[in-house]
Amino acid sequence: MMRLQFILGKLLRGLLTLLLAVTFVFVVLRVSGDPVSMMLPDDTPPAIVAEYRVSLGLDKSLPEQYVRFIWSALHGDLGYSFRNDRPALTVVLERVPMTLLLGLSGFAITVVIGLLTGIAAALKRGTSIDHAAMAFSIFGHSMPNFFLAILMILLFSMTWRVLPSSGGATWWHLILPAVTLGIINAGTVARFTRSSMLEVLHQPYMRTARAKGLRLTRRVMSHAIPNAAIPVVTVLGLRLGGLIAGAVVIETVFAWPGIGLMLVNAVSQRDLPVVQTIVLLVALTMVVTNFVVDLTYGWLDPRIENRQSKEG
Amino acid sequence: MTVIDAEILSAGSGRRRTSIPQRVQPLAEVILAVDGLTVGTARADLVIDVSLEVRAGETLCLVGESGCGKSLTCLAAMGLTSEPLVVRNGHISFLGQSLSALGENQLADIRGRDMAMIFQDAMAALNPVRRVGMQIAEVLVVHRGLSWREAERRAIELIDSVGIPEPEVRSRAFPHQLSGGMCQRIMIAMALACRPKLLIADEATTALDVTTQAQILGLMRELQAETGAAMIFVTHDLGVVAEIADRVAVMYSGRVVETATVDELFEHPLHPYTRGLMACRLHATTTSHGRIAAIEGTVPSPSRRPAGCSFRPRCSFGTDACHSPPVLSRVVGDHRAACHFAGDFA
Repeated sequence: MMRLQFILGKLLRGLLTLLLAVTFVFVVLRVSGDPVSMMLPDDTPPAIVAEYRVSLGLDKSLPEQYVRFIWSALHGDLGYSFRNDRPALTVVLERVPMTLLLGLSGFAITVVIGLLTGIAAALKRGTSIDHAAMAFSIFGHSMPNFFLAILMILLFSMTWRVLPSSGGATWWHLILPAVTLGIINAGTVARFTRSSMLEVLHQPYMRTARAKGLRLTRRVMSHAIPNAAIPVVTVLGLRLGGLIAGAVVIETVFAWPGIGLMLVNAVSQRDLPVVQTIVLLVALTMVVTNFVVDLTYGWLDPRIENRQSKEG
Repeated sequence: MTVIDAEILSAGSGRRRTSIPQRVQPLAEVILAVDGLTVGTARADLVIDVSLEVRAGETLCLVGESGCGKSLTCLAAMGLTSEPLVVRNGHISFLGQSLSALGENQLADIRGRDMAMIFQDAMAALNPVRRVGMQIAEVLVVHRGLSWREAERRAIELIDSVGIPEPEVRSRAFPHQLSGGMCQRIMIAMALACRPKLLIADEATTALDVTTQAQILGLMRELQAETGAAMIFVTHDLGVVAEIADRVAVMYSGRVVETATVDELFEHPLHPYTRGLMACRLHATTTSHGRIAAIEGTVPSPSRRPAGCSFRPRCSFGTDACHSPPVLSRVVGDHRAACHFAGDFA
C-alpha cells in the first residue's frame, strides 16, 4: 500500500516535471522570435507570410496555441516538422538510436573509468595513485566538453590521422565522441566514488570486517562497495538521465547524426514542433531514470524501504 | 573537599561475590601476552608501555575512564590499528607466536578464527546492507571453508545459541530491523562462530539496558565456560567487573596503573585512582550521605600529560616524589600498582 502510494507520488511528480519543461520551451520559443520570418526569404510578400502563419497555426493567440498543443500532445500528436512536413515525433525518433549508441558507449566508459579510478584512489589514499586519480578527476570536470572534443580531433584526426573526426558512418566514428563523453563524466563519477568509498572505509562495520579476518579483496567487494554504491548510483542515474541531452555539444562538434545535433539545428531554424518533441523526450528520459534510480535505492539499501513506509 | 579520603576508601568494596574459589588454574596456557605496548599518533602516545597477559579460561577486565586507551590496547592486540595510529613499541604474542612477525594475510587468517572481537555499538558494527545471517555465515565460509548454504544453516544455530528467538527469521533480517541488544547478540554469535581461543569484548554491554546487559554477561560467561576461551573485557562499569572478571587491569591516561585479581582489587585497591573509582560507585551508603563522589579534575589530554605521575594533579596524596614517573611494580603477591606510595596503602 505504502509502496503504491510512493510510486504514484513519484509518477505524479514526474508528469509535472514534463509539463513544466514543455511549457517553458513552448513559451520561450514563441516569445523569442517569429519562426515564419526565419523560414521565408526577406522579400516574401506579406500575404504569403500571413498564409504560412495560418497554415502553421501561428496566427492564434499564445494561450490558444498552448491549449491546442497540449490537447494534441495528449493524443500522441506532437505536430509536423515545419521543415520537412513529416510528424515531428517520427523525425526525432529516427535519430534516437544514434544518440543512444553514442550516449550508452560514453556512459559505459564513464562507469568503468570513473568507478575504477575512484575505488583505486580511495584504497590508495594519499599515495601517488590517489593524486593522479584526482588530477584526472579535476581535469575531467573542469575541462569544457567542447574543448576536449576539439583537442581530441586535433590530436587523433588532424595530427595523427588515426580516427575520423565527424559523422557517424562507421564504428570508427564512434570512438572519439564516446571517449570524449566518457572522460568528461568519469571525472565527476571518480570523485564521487572516492569520497563515498572513503566514508564507508571508516565505518565501524569495515573494522568489524577486518576483525572477522576477511582479506582486503573481500572487504572491498562485499562490504565496502555495496555501501559506497548507494550515493554513487544517484550520480550515475543523473548521468544516464542526461544521456540524450548531454550529447548535444559533443554531437555538434563531431557532427554525430543524433538528436542533439538535430536539436541545435531545429532551434536555429525555429522548427518549433521538433524542438518541443526533443525537449519532451529529454525530460521523459530524465524522469524515467530518476524513477528507476529511486527504485534501485530500495534494492541497494534495505533501510530505505523502511523510511519510506514510515514517512507514508 | 578532597573526595578521595581514607574513610570512603575503606568502604570501597561492594562486591556481590564475597569469596569465590579461583577458577583459573595457574598453569593454564597463556593465550595473549602483551609486553611494553606503546601506541600513538604523530602527536601523542595514547597507550604507553602496557603489558598484559590472559590465560585460557580467564577473564581480564580492562577498566578506566573514556579515552584512557582501553579500546586502543584491544585493537592493537588484534593487530587492527591503522592510520593515523602507529604501534611504536612493544611485543604481542598470541598462542606463543609473535604477531609482528605475521603478514596482513596471515593475521587475517587468525582474526575471526582464533581471536575475535565484539565491538561497542553493535548496530554500527554490523554491515547495514547485508543480512545478519550472511554476516555470521561469512566467517565460517572464510575460515572453515564451508559452503554458503552450510554456513548459513550453522549461522542460524549460532543465532539460536545466543538466545535470539525465531533464529531462521532473524537471520534474514538487516541490522536496522533488530534491537540494539539483538545486534549485540548477533555480534557475539559472529565472534564465537569459529570458537576462538581469545575473545575481546570492547564495551560490549555498555549501550544496553541493565536487563539485557545481565543476560548478555551471563551468556558470555556460559559460552566462555563451554569453549575455555580467554576473554578480555573492556568496560568502565565496576559492577560488570565484579560480575565477570577474574583479574582486572586499571588504566589511566594510557598506562596500566594497577593490576590484581578481582577480589584483591575490590578489597584492597592500592592506586589512588582505583580508590577514586571505587568511591565513585553508587551504593546505599553514599546516597544516604546525600552526595555522589567523583574524582575531581579531568584526565589530562595525551599531548599534555604532566611530567611524572599523570594522576598527580588529581591526586590527594601528591607529593614532590610524584614528579618522577612511578613504575608498575609488585606490591603484594601478584598485585601491582604504579604509585610511589602503593606500599603505604597495602
